[in-house]
This record gives sequence, C-alpha cells and structure tokens, in this order.
Amino acid sequence: MPGAKKEKLVGWLMRVTTYFIVFVIASIIFTIIYNGIPVISLQFLSTMPRNSGAEGGILPAIVGTLLLVAGTIIVALPLGMATAIYLSEYAKLGRLTRTIRLAIVTLAGVPSIVFGLFGLGLFVIFLKFGASIISGCLTLACMILPTIIVASEESLRAVPKSLREGSLALGATKWQTIRKNVLPYSVSGMLTGSILGIGRAAGETAPILLTVAAFYLPKLPRSIFDQVMALPYHLYVLATQHPEAVKVRPMQYGTALVLIVLVLGVNLTAIISRIHIRKKYKW
Amino acid sequence: MVKTRQQNDTEVKIQVKDLNFYYGSVQALFGITMDIPARQVTALIGPSGCGKSTFLRALNRMNDIIDEARTDGEVLIDGKNIYDRGTDIFKLRKKVGMVFQKSNPFPKSIFENVAYGPRIHSIQNRKELSEIVETSLVRAALWDEVKDRLDKNAMDLSGGQQQRLCIARALAVEPEILLMDEPASALDPQSTARIEDLIDELQKDYTIVIVTHNMQQAARVSDLTAFLYEGYLIEFGPTKQIFTKPAKNKTEDYITGRFG
Repeated sequence: MPGAKKEKLVGWLMRVTTYFIVFVIASIIFTIIYNGIPVISLQFLSTMPRNSGAEGGILPAIVGTLLLVAGTIIVALPLGMATAIYLSEYAKLGRLTRTIRLAIVTLAGVPSIVFGLFGLGLFVIFLKFGASIISGCLTLACMILPTIIVASEESLRAVPKSLREGSLALGATKWQTIRKNVLPYSVSGMLTGSILGIGRAAGETAPILLTVAAFYLPKLPRSIFDQVMALPYHLYVLATQHPEAVKVRPMQYGTALVLIVLVLGVNLTAIISRIHIRKKYKW
Repeated sequence: MVKTRQQNDTEVKIQVKDLNFYYGSVQALFGITMDIPARQVTALIGPSGCGKSTFLRALNRMNDIIDEARTDGEVLIDGKNIYDRGTDIFKLRKKVGMVFQKSNPFPKSIFENVAYGPRIHSIQNRKELSEIVETSLVRAALWDEVKDRLDKNAMDLSGGQQQRLCIARALAVEPEILLMDEPASALDPQSTARIEDLIDELQKDYTIVIVTHNMQQAARVSDLTAFLYEGYLIEFGPTKQIFTKPAKNKTEDYITGRFG
C-alpha cells in the first residue's frame, strides 16, 4: 500500500475510534435525559419515597449523597493534602518514601467493593460505628485518598524549585516557605484535582453498600451515626432488587439523571476553575 | 578595562578554611581556603561544573537543602563558623543574601516581593514595610521604574527589572553579604550594564561574591578574582593581577580562552 494512502487510512481509523467513544457517551447521556426528564419535578426532588420507592420522590437519597460527599471531603481533603505536602516537600528519597508511594498506587488499584468490606470490618464492626454516615464517609475517604494525594502532589511539584529557593535564601523556614510561597500557588490546583476524586465518591455504590446505604428509609438522618439512602444505591435497588423493577423504570431514569447531573456538575466545577487558575498564575 | 580601586580596606568578612563538599560519594570541592574581604567584590570564575555555584551556596548553607549533601571544613563569617552545630541558618541566610542566576520573582505584586523577607522576619507594620520596600527598590535602582505600579504582578516586569527586583528583595532583609550566581547571564547587554553599575554601587556597603562566566564582567566589576577548576581553588588574588600576570599556567590558559 502506498504511504500516503496508508497514512489516510490510519487517520481515518483514529477518527472513527474517537467518534465511537463520543457516540457511546452521548447515547448514554441522551437515553438518561430522554427518559429521566419526564420524571423530574419539584415533587420528585423534594419529597420522601413511598411504596418502597415505586412512588414519591428521592429527597432522602439526594440528601444522603450530598452528606456523604461533604463528609468525605472533610475527612479526605486535609489528610490527602497533608500527605502530598509531606511527600513533595519533606520526604527524602529512601525506603520509607518508596513504601508510601507503593501503598498509594496499590490503594488506587483496590476494587471499590474491597473498600466496602474493609469499611464494614473496621468502621462498622470493629470501631462500632454501625452502618452510618460516618462509616460511609471514612470508607469513601479511603477510596479517594490516592486521587487526592496524586493530584495534590502534582500541583505542588508544578511550583518551580526556584521559588522555594528564593524564599529559603531570605531566611525563611521550610514551613514558612511552603505556607507563603508554595501553597498559595498550588492550593487551587490541589482542590480541582481533588474534586474529580470527590465526583467519583458521589457515584460509587460498592463502598457504601456495606457501610451506610439504607435500602429504603423514607426520612432524613439526624446524626452522623444514622443510616441514609444514597442515589447510586437507590438506583441499584430500584433496578435490580425491587419486586416491580419494570414498573419503576421511570423512577430509575429520574434517579440516574439526578446522579449524573450531580457528578458532572462537580467535575465541571473542577474543569472551569482549573482553566481559570491556569490563567491567573504564570512563571 | 580592569577595575582599579584602592584596597586599603582589608577587614576579612568571610574566612574559608579547608572546605570540602560532597554530593553523595562525589566530591565537588576540594580543600578550599580563602579570605574574602569586606565591602569588596570577589569574583569566582572557572569553566562549567568547576564548583563555583556549589562554593557560593556553601557560604549561606543553601547546599543544606540538597539530600545527601555533605560539607566539611569551616566557613567563618565575622569570625564565627557557620557550620557549627548551634548556627541559626535562618539568621545566617538573612545576613547572607543571595541572587540567583535565573531571576525568580514570586508571582505576587512588586510590593509583596520586596516585603516578603521582612514579613518572614516578623515586620508587620504597613508603614515600616512601605519604607523598607522603597529603600530597597531605590538601592536596587528600580524605584523610579516601578513606583507607580507597586501593586502590579512582578512577572510582568522585563528580565532585567526582574533581576533588580530580586536584588531589592534580597536587600530588604538588610544582609551584610550578597552572593550573586551569574546574575546577568540571562540578560541583554544593556540590562547587564545596569546590573554591573548596581554591583559597583552596592559594594560600598556590602561584601559581594559573584559567580560569573563572563571574563570581561569579572574584570569590570571585581576587586578580587578566584579561579576554580574541577573543584580546586587554583588561584586567588587581586583581579588586576589575575588578569594581567596570573601565577599559574592553568589560570592563564583559561583567561586567554584556551579552554572552558
């Protein structure tokens, strides 16, 4: 085959593959929107489910997911950022650092159901938190820690070494340097990277399945030791566990739409703020 | 071409005694001994990788931030060994300022750049800070160019202005010694000339040690010149003497451009 023709064929193949991916995503989103929109109403978003979720709204699941996301952020963000600061600024090359990095990579590769089992064992049973918001948040936090650490470390490393040296050469301590001349430029990058991990936490089912999510609980939680419903698990229940799965199909699409809007919304915030921040700092 | 100045001021500011430096198992400096006089300009010359920058960074212990770096020997500043265990390296670096090869202004306003050091050393009073910022910028010959836009981002200044800002930033913590690591190597000739004039002005009050790749620059700005080669101090003496009748063949070869 002549070179030019081969080149054209390869280019064409690449294009088809790319279009195919876009097609898959578009059709998923389209199906969910098309089938979900008719169900969405103020009543659907703001009332309790009735009749095992076959009727009524999904308010407790929305509230549950929002609470889980908020709790996960509160636990995972400081922990992940602190780890990233340690790894990027303080850790010396050595066996300990290598072990920590290996642990992070391994953690990132652990299937989410294993996190669920781990959470069940440690938080629910051993620490006696029971199936509760706190157990769920801690479990989700463990799951998204690697994402936060990696994103934060990347953002810290993007700050040129010369800025650290400039500060140290003026007689600043390491911590003063980090606080005043590294973190201000990287914290927004750390946050946007972390939000992507948080979006994942909002959508996961397996880790909350065993640690917090209630099958059917038409009321709002009163403390962090209460169980809650959550959107992904509610969707799972409606689709596979409900005695009248076919009849409640519209409810499934409605729930899926709310969930996907929530997750995409979170990710969009991350993307927009990242673009904004890249414009703000330059060196 | 060669700078001539009366050298009646012979007070020694920095005394280096048998200084060795290692990156891990690689030795980069070998038994360097030299006396650097106060309020004069001492130039360090030598081919790339000869240890000039390493030596410079040994004088304010910036080498400490490198993992696996090891120093032995003594560096006495005003008679006190900075490698003594009890040394407060933050006070040391305040006293021994540094200007880097590539200008490294912080991505903050011009004011905040200069005020950074004083703030670190607990000066919070706005009025006091403003005074320090003005004095430092005046000393660095930058004030007239930036006085109307102190709140503008320092990254928008030209390369030469950025380097003078870095000098102003170093001056703001009232150092006694200024270490300059090829401060003009990335600048155009005009900006270089301004930096050289500035060095000439500053040496009245500060002890200056400057690393340079540029022979003419060393000849123009310095009172004393040290020639380093492969980690050894080959020759050290008055600039005029080094450039006109060097004692060592190696020095002559380098200065006349036979290598390096």
